[in-house]
Amino acid sequence: MTVTAFARASAAAHAASHAAAAHAAPRALAAAPTAGDLSGKGHAFLSPTGVEIVFVLVGLAVLGTAVLSVTTKQLVHAALWLVATLGGVAVEFLLLTAEFVAWVQVLIYLGSVVVLVLFGLMLTRAPIGRSPDADSGNRWVALGVALAAAATLVTLVVDAFRSTWIDLAPGAGSTAANGVTLFRYWVLPFEALSVLLLAALVGAVVLSRRDGRGGLNGRGGLNGRDTQKER
Amino acid sequence: MHLAYPTVLSVLLFCVGLYGVLARRNAVLVLMSVELMLNAVNLDLVAFDAWLHDTLHAGQALTLFTITVAAAEIGLGLAIVLMVFRARGTADVDRLRDLADDGAAAHTDTMAPPTDNQPARPDGRATAA
Repeated sequence: MTVTAFARASAAAHAASHAAAAHAAPRALAAAPTAGDLSGKGHAFLSPTGVEIVFVLVGLAVLGTAVLSVTTKQLVHAALWLVATLGGVAVEFLLLTAEFVAWVQVLIYLGSVVVLVLFGLMLTRAPIGRSPDADSGNRWVALGVALAAAATLVTLVVDAFRSTWIDLAPGAGSTAANGVTLFRYWVLPFEALSVLLLAALVGAVVLSRRDGRGGLNGRGGLNGRDTQKER
Repeated sequence: MHLAYPTVLSVLLFCVGLYGVLARRNAVLVLMSVELMLNAVNLDLVAFDAWLHDTLHAGQALTLFTITVAAAEIGLGLAIVLMVFRARGTADVDRLRDLADDGAAAHTDTMAPPTDNQPARPDGRATAA
């Protein structure tokens, strides 16, 4: 149900972003020759466009689900809140006209990473229901560190980008544009990344196989022989 | 769009992930929080790519690479967590204290043979500290 809701919301947001970007572009071009100042080039901070309003609303949803995901006591619910967070980030990618990255995010994160996390929770026998020891004892120290980092970084970022606007160009992140740049300029990193994925696949298989003849198991590694006999 | 919106959202998402990494005890939840931090970085990369109108699309290409590396990272991380769980009977990062400095109590605590579906003892940290 959540997946279809997100698909519907992202489709609507996509249409909204295109309409708003097409509407905003001529205004920016018209205002550009007179803009010698740094104060926005015809933009106004307190009159947000439609895409900005949608961005802020989706951003609030992303932040709320992320906070729920790191604070809930039910471990499986944390993974499900993570689905909502990652889907919201995909909608934000769509609003920033990065269509291809948004769908890659949906496919890889929502499709495989969350499923892997759920498998991990299941295989480590996470308790169903509330577990009172989900948070460690240094929770308040962690909260202080996170709040201090957030205050510092928000101050820095707002101060740095106070008078910077993005002129969203429709189609800048389409599959065609991404494919052209990826296979014209980024071929070598792309192929290196495929080798990395192969190495990660082989490494995961070696680490998680159960018989004692391969990997670390048979050589007196982390898995001792006594624990192998019990299984 | 004002550039402050995506960057501030990215900063806040990163700090939520930071809190999760520091505050969670289950190793799988720590990995989930790492995914949140990686997503914050992806959002920043996409925003800067849209801002700079890069002809090479370096931001979006790097975002795709980051997503791939994150997928590889979560696969390997979960394999390691599963191996630790099979050896120790727990995925609690507070109880994996073999490399800690504080004495033999922690060592005997975590080197106990794993029993089936062993619940995390509430006094585990107290005896280890």
